[in-house]
Amino acid sequence: MHALEISALTKTYRNGFTALKGIDLTVEEGDFFALLGPNGAGKSTTISIITSLVSKSSGTVKVFGNDLERRPMQVKRDLGLVPQEFNFNMFEPVEEIVTNQAGYYGVEKRVAQERCEWALKKLGLWEKRRAVARGLSGGMKRRLMIARALVHSPRLLILDEPTAGVDIELRRSMWQFLREVNAAGTTIILTTHYLEEAEQLCRNVAIIDQGRIIEHTSIKQLINQLDRETFILDLAAPLGTAPALQCGYPLQLIDETTLEIEIRREQSINVVFAEFTALGIEVLSMRNKANRLEELFLGLVERGEEK
Amino acid sequence: MDLRTYRIAFTTIVLKEVRRFARIWIQTIVPPMITTALYFVIFGKMIGSQLAPIEGFSYMDYIVPGLIMMTIISNSYANVVSSFYGAKFSNYVEELLISPIPHSLILIGYITGGVARGVTVGVMVTLVASLFTELHFHSLWVSLSVVVLTAILFSLAGFINAVFAKSFDDISIIPTFVLVPLTYLGGVFYSVTMLPGIWQTLSLGNPILYMVNTFRYGMLGVSDISLGTAYAVITIFIAVLYGYSLWLMKKGVGLRG
Repeated sequence: MHALEISALTKTYRNGFTALKGIDLTVEEGDFFALLGPNGAGKSTTISIITSLVSKSSGTVKVFGNDLERRPMQVKRDLGLVPQEFNFNMFEPVEEIVTNQAGYYGVEKRVAQERCEWALKKLGLWEKRRAVARGLSGGMKRRLMIARALVHSPRLLILDEPTAGVDIELRRSMWQFLREVNAAGTTIILTTHYLEEAEQLCRNVAIIDQGRIIEHTSIKQLINQLDRETFILDLAAPLGTAPALQCGYPLQLIDETTLEIEIRREQSINVVFAEFTALGIEVLSMRNKANRLEELFLGLVERGEEK
Repeated sequence: MDLRTYRIAFTTIVLKEVRRFARIWIQTIVPPMITTALYFVIFGKMIGSQLAPIEGFSYMDYIVPGLIMMTIISNSYANVVSSFYGAKFSNYVEELLISPIPHSLILIGYITGGVARGVTVGVMVTLVASLFTELHFHSLWVSLSVVVLTAILFSLAGFINAVFAKSFDDISIIPTFVLVPLTYLGGVFYSVTMLPGIWQTLSLGNPILYMVNTFRYGMLGVSDISLGTAYAVITIFIAVLYGYSLWLMKKGVGLRG
């Protein structure tokens, strides 16, 4: 079953700006799905339409087979949203924010309190349950929104840049938690600017640009499209110029102890190391210049803009 | 969604609203008590003692119902306008908009919160009034019914103000330039029969006149307006404002892009 099925979705705002130009998108039940795109591409508009915060101009949205227009209450019941901006009452205690949200979905108080305790403990907020929300750090506020979105046990959880501004340690613990939520059966749609995040968490991906879906595939297949990678090599001894390699791979000296090399998918990296050994160049370490998905993403967006 | 779910959702909104004004009681409950006490001291005791009785009642007794009604009007209005605009301003109205609660239930939840504050403040002001004069209730049913209906009406008006408000200034313009003048000219401090002909006729266009007089009837048994007319006017106003509020919500005016 499709958790989400969008067809021919368009949105033109009152000021005449067309944010979505006919989007088709499907997300399977149980998937961990990434919706990627540059700023202003239409990600947030898409999410806002699915969650009834923005009215669509045309097209259809179905959540677990329920049409948003015909059965809005069923659609809403199945959805949980973690928005990009903080959208809770800063003057309310943490526990109240979460249990109130459960109440809006008709969850009995006792059950709401149990679920609230589970979510707050999982997200490391239990000690802060009586604190007023405005006193929380940015990372805590983000986690509070995740707890709130989960308290009514939604079947589809939508996260709009949930780890923006969160430090790496906390981000990784949030990833772990979201993996657990997904493994327990909740379908997750994630938008993020951290492409590493999408690569780490998601199985399928859609890339949206200028109101159109320009790619809709699995993360694996997307990465397979990458035909070259750039590596940074840290050298043990300084070099005056970049060595000329017989293999002909493009090589550039960044500074006297750092080389940059571009290698295509079908090329072997062993050849490079064999030549370095012959030339007496010792490599201390090697890393990707940029995230692979990031390179691919930029390439796709650029090609989309050229079209 | 079944009735049980709706009941829980409705109770959640109402309790949230009640907790909100109870948490800031020093700003919501105490000021109207102090203001009304000052009215009783200045108009009731100091000036009122120099005035002739109106319709057989001392001036203090005559203005008590109007002053109680004035606080109910301003507090039920203020509660909904500030709460709903605050929810819009800080975007936490989205918590409600994404949840499976019908628009009518959200509206009724906020209105009930406004009524709760109006009635709470009304009771507190009545207690203050009892310190200055002996209170009578000619008809408790009329008194209670008009209090609730008035609080509903002005909660709805506050909701509409909040929907259209784009800044915090916008939520104080209507109370300052419309609500206060209408209340003062709605027979709180005088009987409309004391006004010259044309002003009496013009006063009949002021809905607050009907509420103040009905409540005065409930307490003292005297009114410038017939009860039937008063209830009809109040009910029509409620029906129109409720329909309009619901339409605004369904259209997403000021709420959805």
